[in-house]
Order: sequence, then structure tokens, then C-alpha cells
Amino acid sequence: MIPELGHFALILALPLALALGVLPLLGARYGSARLMAVARPAALAQGLCMALALGTLVHAFATTDFSVRYVAEHANRTLPLHYRVAGTWGGHEGSLLLWVGILAGWIVAVALGSRGLPRPFAARVLAVLGLVEAGFIAFILLGSNPFERGWPAPADGRDLNPLLQDPGMVLHPPLLYMGYVGFSVAFAFALAALIEGRFDAVWTRWTRPWTLAAWAFLTGGILLGSFWAYYELGWGGWWFWDAVENASLMPWLAGTALIHSLAVSEKRGGFRHWTVLLAILCFSLSLLGTFLVRSGVLSSVHAFAADPRRGALLLAFLAVVVGVSLALYGWRAAQVGAGPRFAPFSRESLLLVNNVLLVSATATVLLGTLYPLVLDALGLGRISVGAPYFEAVIVPLMLPLLFLLGVGPFLAWKRAEAGTAWRRLRLLLFIALDVAVAAGVALALSPLAALGLGLAAWVAGSALWQLAQRVAAAPARTPIWRRLRAVPGGHWGLVLAHLGVGVFVAGVTLVKSLESAHDLSLRPGESGRAGAYVLRLVDTRQERGPNYLAAQARFELLREGRVVAELRPEKRFYVARQMPMTEAAIDRGFTRDVYLSIAEITPDQRWIVRMHLKPFMGWIWAGVLLMALGGAVSAADRRLRRAPVARAESACAPSSTSLANAAVS
Amino acid sequence: MRIRPLLGLPLVAFAVLVLLLGRGLQLDAHELPSPLIGKPAPAFNLQRLDAPGTRFVPAQMRGKVWVLNVWASWCAPCRAELPAVQALAEGARVSVVGLNYKDSAEGAREWLKANGNPYAFTALDTQGKAGIDWGVYGVPETFVIDQRGVVRHKHTGPLTPETVRKELLPLIERLNRG
Repeated sequence: MIPELGHFALILALPLALALGVLPLLGARYGSARLMAVARPAALAQGLCMALALGTLVHAFATTDFSVRYVAEHANRTLPLHYRVAGTWGGHEGSLLLWVGILAGWIVAVALGSRGLPRPFAARVLAVLGLVEAGFIAFILLGSNPFERGWPAPADGRDLNPLLQDPGMVLHPPLLYMGYVGFSVAFAFALAALIEGRFDAVWTRWTRPWTLAAWAFLTGGILLGSFWAYYELGWGGWWFWDAVENASLMPWLAGTALIHSLAVSEKRGGFRHWTVLLAILCFSLSLLGTFLVRSGVLSSVHAFAADPRRGALLLAFLAVVVGVSLALYGWRAAQVGAGPRFAPFSRESLLLVNNVLLVSATATVLLGTLYPLVLDALGLGRISVGAPYFEAVIVPLMLPLLFLLGVGPFLAWKRAEAGTAWRRLRLLLFIALDVAVAAGVALALSPLAALGLGLAAWVAGSALWQLAQRVAAAPARTPIWRRLRAVPGGHWGLVLAHLGVGVFVAGVTLVKSLESAHDLSLRPGESGRAGAYVLRLVDTRQERGPNYLAAQARFELLREGRVVAELRPEKRFYVARQMPMTEAAIDRGFTRDVYLSIAEITPDQRWIVRMHLKPFMGWIWAGVLLMALGGAVSAADRRLRRAPVARAESACAPSSTSLANAAVS
Repeated sequence: MRIRPLLGLPLVAFAVLVLLLGRGLQLDAHELPSPLIGKPAPAFNLQRLDAPGTRFVPAQMRGKVWVLNVWASWCAPCRAELPAVQALAEGARVSVVGLNYKDSAEGAREWLKANGNPYAFTALDTQGKAGIDWGVYGVPETFVIDQRGVVRHKHTGPLTPETVRKELLPLIERLNRG
């Protein structure tokens, strides 16, 4: 009964979303306040319906209602409760429902948060979101209904894919979708601006925090996914340039470009139709990612079940949404205009280069991801494009980006003085060069790796310097904590995110150039040498988990004769799915990770293990975490939320003094 | 209002993309790509595990349909697929040749003794050089080669009784009929 209730709520959400998508749009077109007034209640009602639908599916999982086919396929009685809840988005149908549920959440947030916007504009934004949602709900109802019953109900379920039975996987999909779907808000703002044929600071003001929040969620989601792949897949790698990973990286790169171009649009009124295009692009790439992952058109380690009919439906939907918005762009963008001019040497021009590089990187990833498909579609054979391609093409794009990232924040808007910039930056450049040379010599790095470290120091140094300048500029005798508190959120965001880039680049460079792997074959009691460490197999035992059996080994890690860590890697066998799994054991440290996974256990009790030494691995995670944090802090900047109300009421031109004051960060 | 053709460019690019994706949907991406399919099997000359001193070159198999199964004693999925390999060797008029990849002769011998030996014989690719020519990138891998020495099929990853029954056996049957 309860699943039917969910199904019913989902069905009910469809006309509500349609009403939200059509009526306010007509109202805004013909100036009918009554039709526009439909937007908010419809948005709230569809939110309620979607929450109910999602809630009942979670309930079906929590109560192991195996008469629901989707539950039977993705859960099992022995599966612990938190993984059963995560099972809700462990398969195709449920993850799409989560997608729409999160979209519904964003719609409610926009409905509640858009009171300060001009009415027709808010109506149009909500309508665009409603139309996107209606399409997705229709898709779920037509082709991937998670509430379908199976008869007879099986006594027990097939269990969740063991790879997904991990705390990281409980949170990864919701976070990632928060990001993907969050870009729909910027997209809806862009379309509303195109429909109105007007683009002003209200638009960017409002879009910025939403886009920053979506970007921060996406960053966090990618981080969790990568972190999960690192310890769960047992290969010791953390990024595989797999199609599914690329599907999340593309909107991230485009989103990074978007948050920077939005800054220009808001503060200088520039980059107008370019920003609109980026907003469309960003959400289109999110949709494309959903399509690539869910249609099974590309083969991937993620190996989701593929169903060509679903793929065709999704593609049709993608074609309509993106096609219509790009057509609208081609038709109306000229009206939106490009914005004021700026000198070739200015913060704008550097941000333009930033945008060009990031979009090129997006295009490169897109090309690499789709290239096998293109060749195949044209009948030119089958190939796979792997890490060597991506590394070879992305690195040359990132090097200049990193260099400019250090320079950009020091330049003035509109027209910058080369002399001033040079005086500010020369010390930093000197430090970065020193770091590159010293690290390169001391660690015997390749020139490229030394350059990588130099750039990391350059970027991180520039971010810290920014902060220091702010703090130093405060009135004399202000205590340091008060000075730090006075730094606005947007600026903190910049400092944290850029610092994160520096830390990340340092981590990647060091891991790539200094990591090593050692294969050892040990019987209990034996020990073997691996790099500077000695690994001793102390003993082994059989473990019984809730839904798996495991062979566990206890290793001691010794360095210079002293035990530094105990590691317990496992080889698990998940009973319901008959699937073996490797659980790696990791000793994390500030300067290195020791990563141990069991390759095989031979019949004569030799444990063959692979030990990876990964210097500064933790820096990769810390760097990305800092970036996500930067995005979140920026999104929470109160200046972005407070000002528009006043501005929308007076509805004046883009560059008033209050705006300019709030914007100088 | 000015119409600027350049602004329509994204739409055109997207239309091309949709066409490609639509075509892609009709293809099965899960059949793993190998540039070897339809090409002559790469030659090698390797020592045989069962009879030290004798060597195996693929040309010896001319006129027969045969299967090359790449395995190693360090590879856990290889053990998992052994029953399927056994079923393949018993289920069809075909010789299943093992290619022992980046392994040692003793390791390989011990492994076959412990787990059973479904292979007609096994060739030793200790250095992994033949593996490079055959484009091996994950063990186990399985190739089907026809009478004229042309690679007709490649399967990456462990074989399952189902893939043997549904894909390999019908293919071998067809090839045997000529």
C-alpha cells in the first residue's frame, strides 16, 4: 500500500510540475499576475509530492519490502539499515528518482528564496525548472518506475552491489546530484534572461550563490567518489579517466568557468552572453553526464545495466532541453549583449583566458570520452581512450591556467598596471622558483614535476598573500581575529579554493612522481621488505560480516625496526551476489599513505599482497576539500543574499555604489 | 534586431552530437573493442609448459578453430573462470590453448595441479611480450581464432558458463561448419 502511495505522489507531481512549467510562463508573457502567482504554490506542492515519493521508496527499503521489484534487486535482509537506505539510489530507477527529488528540493528553495526578484523573472525561472522536472518525471513514469511490484514477491532480495556497500557510497550520489542538479538553477536563470531579452546585475547577483553552492556540492561529490574508488576498488588509483568520472568532471570544469565568468558579469557587467552560454553548457553537460551514465552508451568500470529504450528516451529529452535552450540562445543572445570593454591587461582579460582554458579542457575531456563512440558510430572500429591521452592533453592546458591563477587576483578590474602587478608578484615568483628548484634537486624530480611543485607554491602563495593583504589593510590596532572576521565570505572563498588548488597540485605532483608499488608473497609469521618499510604478516583469520564472509590478514608495518601501524586488509565474499571483493587497508599520514591490498591467497597459505607507497596522497583530498569549502563559504557570503532585495525594488542600472562596494573582493 | 550566425554555432554542434549519440545507442558498447578482430593472429614462438624443449607457434594451428586463453597463477579471476574454460574445452570441437602470462613455469605448473588443467597445452609468455602483441591488458582474456588464423572474437575478463554457452560455443560451431 505504501509504495502505491509513493507511486501516486509521483504521478501527481507530474501535472503539478507541468502547471508550474506552463502557467507562470504564460502569466509572465501576458502580464497576468494571477497566472504568475501559480508558481510558488505549485512549486511547494510538487516538492511535497516528490518528498513523499522519495520517502516511501526509502521506507520500502528500510522495511525490506521485497514485493517492490526494485527493492528486491538492490537489498537483502542481511544488509545493514544504512546501506539499505543507500540502496534507494543504488540502481537506475532509484537514482533517477533521487535526481528528480533533489531537483524538486532546489525548486522549493528557489521558490522560497526568490521573493526579492522581479515577479515575471521569478515566474520564468520557476517555470523553466518546472518544465525540466516534468520531463524527468514523465521519463521515470514511462520507462523506469521504481515502485513497480513483482509477483510473487521473493523471500529475499538480491542484495546491493558490494562495491556500493560503503559509507562513501551512501553520500556520494546525493552530493553529486546536488551539484549536477544545482546547475539547473543557473540554467533556469539563463533561460529566463534570454526569454526576457534582458540581462542585468539582478540576474548575476541571484545566480552566483546558487551556482557556487552547486559547484561546492559537485566538488564534494566528486571528492567522495574518487576517495571511494581509491580504497574500495583496490587498485590504489584515485582517478581513472573513466567515462562515468569524466561525466562528472565536465560539468565541474564548465562550472568552474561559470563561477568565474559570473564574477565578471556581476562586478563589471561583462561577459554577458558568454555567461549565459556557460550556464546553459554547464547544465547540458550535467544532463549529458546523466545520459552517458544511465543509457550505457559507453562502457565503463561502473557497468550499469543498459536498456536501449531508456537511452533513446533520455536522449530525446536531452535533445529537446538543450536544443531549445541553444536555439533560444542563438536567437536572443545578441540582445543580451556582450558588456563593457576592458583593456587587454586587466582582471577581466585574465578571467577570459581562464574561461577559454577551462572550456578547452572541458571540450578535451568530452572529445576523449566520446571519441570511441564517434569512431564506432562512423564504423571506423573500436578503441578505448585512456589515461595517457587525458594526461597528455589536460596538463598543457592546466599549466598556464595555474600560472594565471596566481596573477589574476592581484590585477585591477578594467585596466591593470603591469608595473604594479610586477612589484606585487616578484617576491612570490622568486619563492615559487626556489621551491621548484629545491624540490626538484632534493627529490630528483623530472622538470615537469619540479614545475608542478613550483606552480603549487605559486598558487598557494598567491592565495595566502591575498589574505595577508586584506588583513594588513585593516585599521591599525585591530586584533588579528577581528581582522580575519572582517574579511568577507567571498574573499575567504577565493583564498580557500585557490589554496586548495595549490595543495591539490602539490599532492598530485608528488604522488605521480614518487609513488611505488611492491608485490610481496608471505606466509603467516614471515616478513618482507618494501621500500623503506618492512611488512610482517602476523596472523590470519576468518571473519563473518552481516552479509559476507571474509579472510582477514593482520600485518604489522615496521620502519627502522619499530612498528608504525597495523593493517588489516580483507578478501570478502558477498554471499547473496556470489561476488568476491578486496578491502584494502590504508595507513594514512600527513606525508604518505601506505596502501595494502590482498591480491590472492594461494592454497598453500601464501598471501600475495600488493603494497603501494603513496607520498602526500592525503594532500589530494585536502586540496579538493579546501576547494569545496571555498565554494561553500563563498555561496554563504551574506552580501550576495542581502543586496538584491533593495536593488530589485528600485530596479536600477547594474553599477550602483552599493553594488560596487559589496563587490570588490 | 541583428541576427548573428556565430551565436547559432552551439546549436549546430549540439545537433551533430545528438546524431552521434543516437547512433551510439544502437551499438553495443559492452562488447569489448579489439583492433585484432578480423586480423591475422599475431605470431609468437614460445616454450610449452607441458613439454619443455618443444615450442608453440600459432601457425601450428592452421586448419583448426582454436581458442587462446590468457591466464596467470597470480590472477584470482582466472581461477574463477576455470569451470567455464573446462566447459568450453568439453563442449565443442576446439583446442583451448593456454597462454601463461607474466608468470613462472613452477607457479603455473603448481596452479594447474591444484586447480585442474582444462588446456590442451599451455605456452609460457614469461616476459609478457606475446601479450603485448595480442593487446592483453587484463587477465583473463580469451580469443577465438579460425582455420585461416584470423582472430574472430575476443572476451576480456573471466568467462562465465553463460557466455560460453551463448556466445563462444555458437561461434565455434559456426566457424567449424566453415
